[in-house]
Amino acid sequence: MPRMSARGTQKLALAGIWGTGAVTLLILLVIIGYVLVQGVSHISWSFLTTAPKGGMSGEGGISTVIVCTLYLLGLTMAIVVPLGVGAAIYLSEYAPDNRLTGLIRYGTEVLAGVPSIVFGLFGFALFVMTLHFSFSILSGALTLACLLLPTLIRASEEALRAVPRSHREAALALGATKWQTVWRVLLPAALPGIATGIILCIGRGVGETACLFVTMGGTSALPTSLFSGGRTLSMHLLHLVLDTNAFEKALATGVVLIVVIGVINAMTNWLSQRFRARMTGGA
Amino acid sequence: MPAPRESFDRHLHELQDELLVMGSMVEKALERAMEALKNRDLELARQVIADDAKINRKRFDIEEKCIELIVTQQPMASDLRIIIAVLNIIVDLERIADHAEGNAKIAVMIGNEPPLKPLIDLPRMCQKTIDMLKRSLGAFINRDAEAARRICDEDDEVDSLYDQVFRELLTFMAEDSKTITRATRLIWVGHNLERSADRVTNICERVIYVVTGKMEETGVSKY
Amino acid sequence: MGAGDAKIEARGFSFYYGKRQALKEINLNVWEHQITALIGPSGCGKSTFLRALNRMNDIIMGARAEGEVLLDSLNIYAPGVDVVELRKRVGMVFQQPNPFPKTIFENVAFGPRVLDLDRQISLDEVVEKSLRSAALWDEVKDVLNKSGLALSGGQQQRLCIARALATEPEVLLMDEPCSALDPQSTLRIEQLMEELKERYTIVIVTHNMQQAARVSDWTGFLLLGDLIEYGRTAELFSRPQDKRTEDYITGRFG
Repeated sequence: MPRMSARGTQKLALAGIWGTGAVTLLILLVIIGYVLVQGVSHISWSFLTTAPKGGMSGEGGISTVIVCTLYLLGLTMAIVVPLGVGAAIYLSEYAPDNRLTGLIRYGTEVLAGVPSIVFGLFGFALFVMTLHFSFSILSGALTLACLLLPTLIRASEEALRAVPRSHREAALALGATKWQTVWRVLLPAALPGIATGIILCIGRGVGETACLFVTMGGTSALPTSLFSGGRTLSMHLLHLVLDTNAFEKALATGVVLIVVIGVINAMTNWLSQRFRARMTGGA
Repeated sequence: MPAPRESFDRHLHELQDELLVMGSMVEKALERAMEALKNRDLELARQVIADDAKINRKRFDIEEKCIELIVTQQPMASDLRIIIAVLNIIVDLERIADHAEGNAKIAVMIGNEPPLKPLIDLPRMCQKTIDMLKRSLGAFINRDAEAARRICDEDDEVDSLYDQVFRELLTFMAEDSKTITRATRLIWVGHNLERSADRVTNICERVIYVVTGKMEETGVSKY
Repeated sequence: MGAGDAKIEARGFSFYYGKRQALKEINLNVWEHQITALIGPSGCGKSTFLRALNRMNDIIMGARAEGEVLLDSLNIYAPGVDVVELRKRVGMVFQQPNPFPKTIFENVAFGPRVLDLDRQISLDEVVEKSLRSAALWDEVKDVLNKSGLALSGGQQQRLCIARALATEPEVLLMDEPCSALDPQSTLRIEQLMEELKERYTIVIVTHNMQQAARVSDWTGFLLLGDLIEYGRTAELFSRPQDKRTEDYITGRFG
């Protein structure tokens, strides 16, 4: 085969890149499109406001499921965000450059890749059984927090490290203490990156099924306290597909799931932009 | 790999070479003017007068080059002092050349008049001045402050010779008033040579400046 | 010798990065209301010395100082010295303009805020005064809510100067403040330094010898951690005493 000219290689590479972009977009559109198109017709007000009734035909709606999902996400984030960002600040700004710190980082990276069912088992053993929280939103949230913590720590640490060193120096030279530098300069600057990390966590958390079944139980009743069991949208979707023949309801649930994630993402981004704009004056 | 500032060093060397060229032009002017006087060579005298224009042009050429070096090379420390010294030395050289031209003009004015006396002291003054000039430029090239100081001391010799010439010519004028014009002209020649030697001491002061960074007054007036 | 009082005095000051000795027993006076320039080849220790004056070197692991640095006759390396207070009195401007990703107002107000100075004085006044001192007020007075990063390079550096001046320091340290700027901005900042020295004492590190000669009253030449020569700028640049100084400033180094 004759050697290709630089021009030829360029064209080929360009075609390849466009091609992969198109394929990715296509896959995305197909998946979301299929679910949306097929499922949207089965969404109704009653679907959203009635509780599931169980049984083979998947009677009922998803009202309690939506509520439970929001509770779970809220509680999980309330635990994960302070812990994750705090740990990231420690690793990025305070931890000495020694083997222990390296070990912590390594451990974080390994944990980020551990399959969620393992976390589920851990959560079952610790929170459900040993601490006697039993199947509850609390157990689920704590387990999810453990699962998501490494991801958030990594994303936040990256975001903090991306802030140029010169900002730290400038702040210190002005008489700021280390904490003032972190709170007033670094965190605001790293906020978009941290927000992205939070979105990633939410996305992953909301999609968990098996991990939550073994910690939250999966009851479809409306949760009344932290110690009530519950079922999230993904769990309900799985249940509908596996245990019933109400496939169209599963699709409808999928649509709601996509919408919920979309809304949360948009809100997180919007909040982050607003905060940034106020601090930086629109740069 | 070329040394840092190699091209600047080359320019500095060229500048100093040009200075030596101008110096030898001035030495020649002094020498030929004196020869024209001694030998009544009016042709030679006119040549010296004409050549003075060349010396003036040379001075401006060197000045241009100095300005160019200052503006393009931003010289510091001793580099700067060298260029400043050159700028000042060419002024002194040009004045010496003017004095030589003055002597040549006197040669033309005297023309074919009968000589008052054979010229002995004046040529000696001229020889001494030329010698001092040559050595002062050598001291500049070699950055030899000691040599420069010695040359300054030798100015006293030229001054004594001038006193001698002056007294001798005064005697002539006192004895015979018909010699006054010729004698006065010869006194003026001596004056030109004495001023030239003073200019050489200025050059020596510049040499000391390049070496030490300070301007020193050399030679205490005996008055 | 000198002009007035010594604002900063280094006495036998040495500095180590771990085992490597970066500064060797420096003795140097920084005179009040004068501009002192530090020149020397890369790695000679001039930035290290500058940063030692506001103890910015403290943040480097394994950094160790010996000897004394006196600010108004008090040793800033004595145990128990409040570093935050020191940095209020000794401000710093860096080589790359580095305004915070905040509004212009917030950038300048940062120092007073973190030092709790905003209780006594109005931030608006401080910000205006500092921006005026940095010759930037007229250009930004109507857009104080714009991001500091939206300014040009020269303006950003003047913003950083205003930011440093907002804590009302006595000394301003400048680490190659113009090396990232175009010639016009550079000259503006040099002009600004002339004006600032009436109220502050300035120490500047620069690679640019012409700038050191233009701007400073006193110049120190450092080489491999030693202070080779220190004197009035015009003297040092026209007749340096040490041959190493001569070789460096005529560019025949190396």
